[in-house]
Amino acid sequence: MLDPSFTASLAALLPASSLLTATEDTRPYECDGLTLYRELPAAVVLPETEDQVVRILQLCHAARVPVVARGAGTSLSGGSLPVAGGVVLSLAKFRRIVAIDPLTRTAVVEPGVRNLAISDAASAYGLFYAPDPSSQIACSIGGNVAENAGGVHCLKYGLTVHNVRKVRAVLVTGEIVEFGADALDAPGYDLLALVTGSEGLLAVITRITVKLLPKPQLAQVALAAFNDVEKAGAAVGAIIGAGIIPGGLEMMDQPATRAVEQFVHADYPLDAAAVLLVEADGTPEEVAAEMDEIRAVLTASGATEIRVSENEDQRLLYWSGRKAAFPAVGRISPDYYCIDGTIPRGALPRVLAQIETWSHQYGLPCANVFHAGDGNLHPLILFDANKPGDKERTVEFGDRILELCIEVGGTVTGEHGVGIEKIRGMCVQFPPAALERFLGIKRAFDERGLLNPGKGVPTLARCAEFGAMHVHAGALPHPELPRF
Amino acid sequence: MAEAALAELQERVRAAAAARRPLRIRGGGTKDFYGRALAGDVLDTRALAGIVAYEPTELVVTARAGTPLAEIEDALAARGQMLAFEPPHHGIGTTLGGVVAAGFSGPRRASAGAARDFVLGVRIVDGSGEALAFGGRVIKNVAGFDVSRLMCGALGTLGVLTEVSLKCVPRPKVETTRVVECDAGEAIRRVNEWGAKPLPISATCHHAGRLWLRLSGAAAAVQSAAGTIGGSEVDGSAQWDGLRDQAHDFFAAACEGRATLWRLSVSSTAPWSDFGGDMLVEWGGALRWLVPRAPVDAEALRAWAQRHGGHATLFRGPDKSAGAFQPLSPAVLGLHQRLKAVFDPQGVLNRGRLYAEF
Repeated sequence: MLDPSFTASLAALLPASSLLTATEDTRPYECDGLTLYRELPAAVVLPETEDQVVRILQLCHAARVPVVARGAGTSLSGGSLPVAGGVVLSLAKFRRIVAIDPLTRTAVVEPGVRNLAISDAASAYGLFYAPDPSSQIACSIGGNVAENAGGVHCLKYGLTVHNVRKVRAVLVTGEIVEFGADALDAPGYDLLALVTGSEGLLAVITRITVKLLPKPQLAQVALAAFNDVEKAGAAVGAIIGAGIIPGGLEMMDQPATRAVEQFVHADYPLDAAAVLLVEADGTPEEVAAEMDEIRAVLTASGATEIRVSENEDQRLLYWSGRKAAFPAVGRISPDYYCIDGTIPRGALPRVLAQIETWSHQYGLPCANVFHAGDGNLHPLILFDANKPGDKERTVEFGDRILELCIEVGGTVTGEHGVGIEKIRGMCVQFPPAALERFLGIKRAFDERGLLNPGKGVPTLARCAEFGAMHVHAGALPHPELPRF
Repeated sequence: MAEAALAELQERVRAAAAARRPLRIRGGGTKDFYGRALAGDVLDTRALAGIVAYEPTELVVTARAGTPLAEIEDALAARGQMLAFEPPHHGIGTTLGGVVAAGFSGPRRASAGAARDFVLGVRIVDGSGEALAFGGRVIKNVAGFDVSRLMCGALGTLGVLTEVSLKCVPRPKVETTRVVECDAGEAIRRVNEWGAKPLPISATCHHAGRLWLRLSGAAAAVQSAAGTIGGSEVDGSAQWDGLRDQAHDFFAAACEGRATLWRLSVSSTAPWSDFGGDMLVEWGGALRWLVPRAPVDAEALRAWAQRHGGHATLFRGPDKSAGAFQPLSPAVLGLHQRLKAVFDPQGVLNRGRLYAEF
């Protein structure tokens, strides 16, 4: 419960429609894209101006009330899960595209603008915004910056951090700051990189300048089938080893292709153990030359079938399966849990084999989709939340996959963020000294710990509670034992 | 060997912290000219040398910070790869750690990205002597704050880099250089217009009435772009290497200490402005070098750069009383000071090299 005088102060600076306190109004904010976790906020504020954001933060700072900034609420890691007794600060009303400059190839946008809306608006100038998380129809650019979102084209075009020039933000004390510049660099520390992916722990972003790229004239995708997952993994390495950086390089295993085929009918080869999607983009001459090379490498790597899209409809059809992987799995299973580990690509066969073994042990089917080009694995664990014990076993299975990612030299999150979900994984991935520096960074921006508390970085006390341990140099003691 | 060197380095930092005695971190010593005045006992990083891991198909190279940059570039070239940000060698013996600490990028920066865009992970010894690792050897990693990129350009004030993992990329299949005769204003207009088209321009430079453009990529794309751009084909390798390393004639007087060199990092469309001296424009218009004929008003120059979305650095010069870097806003300076206190509580690492306040 909030102090009535605090609520009255909020009400004094916001129109009535921008302050929600009744349970029926705050209920839609109780969770984000990760519905495993829910918490009702004490209030939701929807400011329309930066000045209102400043005043809200000043009030919360003075009264020591936690604040969780929220964009479209599509986080898959519970990044915008409310804090009990705290305020949710929705940036949903910050939805203006302020300017598009075709010469500098930048767009200035407010944080509530949808990712895809930027590319739509830039399209008139032959430009686009490259990072394309699969939620791009719904997710907001502010959330993309907070999570350093990726997408299927980031091997070639980079993550959010590579495509943002400048952010304007409000510190919890109400001070307005700018990180980055309209130039290609800024003086002092790279605070733009630090705030990108900081999961709302450091500041509330109110304006973003993103980089736009010229739209490639043409894109073509090759769909290759393999009778063995290991061969498909090796083909990915062979493509990159041949000096090709495809626009997209994705892999799906058989459970995944079977799930999506029922859903989108993209004519995927269902007998294949794994399917690769390899996209070439650029000028027609470039695409033709690159596709020839890709085809040669895929053939040499043992592909049993290669199809190359002959027109844009066919290209979109081949991609539709990959892009619809999550909803397709959602259709064949009451619930699913998406994992987001990154591994060195060479470790793929070992990791997939281990996931399959665990899948049998836990009795939980698992479909794998993989941003193969950049080593980002998304196992989708299928479960039924209404079955007693299923949810707990799913979380345990997921944690073991993430521990394995760390063990092979990877990380617990490639693009979805730590949020609330991977707090335990952070205790395993980082030793206390590194976590202390993260907490120090947090204090440097937010001494009272009010911005999105409990997310992103665990306190050492929480790690001790979990009994989670940092694994030194990949030597996991008793790897056969279930943990957590 | 490397472990002993690391332990010794940690010991030096711990002792310095205990005595609050400043350390001046030094690799190849090719960037002593850069930043504010040097202070403290030299901490040499060159014993921490060698490539730790390089797997071309993973697109990642990991090397100790004291490794000569040239050694890393040779290893990558042998496998048809390169560092896309084209790091400068400001002299013989430039180390990986120095390039990353300074955050320097070469002519390819506008098209390929900056040093910070390719840093995947670092190992550091912070100001309390603790060895820490951030980021990793994978391309996508959002676990924890991005301390690796924070270290890039921090000039060693937050930690001594001991190991860096970088993303590498395949070398372009074809590279060619065109020269077009035009004045600077026209050059800035043209490179911005071309930049908005899908042309494989990997570097630009305007100086003394000539606009140089490098095209990199697939043969067909380079050939068709050359037709769009016009001008004449020249051998550009000496030009681009000279720009990258500041070995080009334009920089000679400043490198020899006979002149001052200003670096103006601004919006690529900032108008051409004559500051009374020789100027060279890179990075599609976004980077402008100035060697003034007479001493300039630093404040006015910084105000101009800020008006055009950027900042001005006194890059080389015998007199740095105007400060090397653009002053920060009070709120941002406060963040810098608090971050410095987290990583270097005793303030011993490259104290004052970046800003006088820390």
